[in-house]
Amino acid sequence: MMMNKTFFRRRKSCPFSHPSAPKIDYKDVKVLQRYISERGKIVPSRITAVSSSKQRELSLAIKRARVLALLPFAVN
Amino acid sequence: MALYEHVFISRQDLSTTQTEDLVNQYSKVLTDNGGKVVGTEYWGLRTLAYKINKNRKGHYSLIKSDSPPAAAQEMERLMKINEDIMRILTVKVEKHEDGPSIMLRSKNKSDDHSSESSEKTTEDRLN
Repeated sequence: MMMNKTFFRRRKSCPFSHPSAPKIDYKDVKVLQRYISERGKIVPSRITAVSSSKQRELSLAIKRARVLALLPFAVN
Repeated sequence: MALYEHVFISRQDLSTTQTEDLVNQYSKVLTDNGGKVVGTEYWGLRTLAYKINKNRKGHYSLIKSDSPPAAAQEMERLMKINEDIMRILTVKVEKHEDGPSIMLRSKNKSDDHSSESSEKTTEDRLN
């Protein structure tokens, strides 16, 4: 039974968990932009290695930024 | 009382003085209903990520308030009636960040070098 292994063996650390991490804020477009795809969709945490509690905070902030038209809903 | 951050976008054909009047008008509504305005900010005329009722740009303003929920709801109700305001977002926060928000900080930082939050992350990636 072939386990679908992810490409890299070493699990990346969560970019928001170390002490000098940037605070997740719906106004901070520069940080949020790193976690949306070029189509404007939220990148899943298995790819960005964000911890689940931070991923929930992140997606809430991205959705608020979208309401305020700081981030697009979709880029086509 | 609860701490709120009210962000609203007003139409682009308003002048900056008119947006300041809007901010003062709604701060007064807040104080009338027993709330207190901690601070206000004006983020300037920004292009929107998508068109909101045919407008491509909008004036962004932020009101940081410490008010009972009734005052916030009353202010939101009046804002919804006002045609010059295109979008409102009220967020309940535990603590107001003192000093300018990330919007203003990155604006005055961006002209000389990249903002220090992105510097820190680039340093992390290096070492």
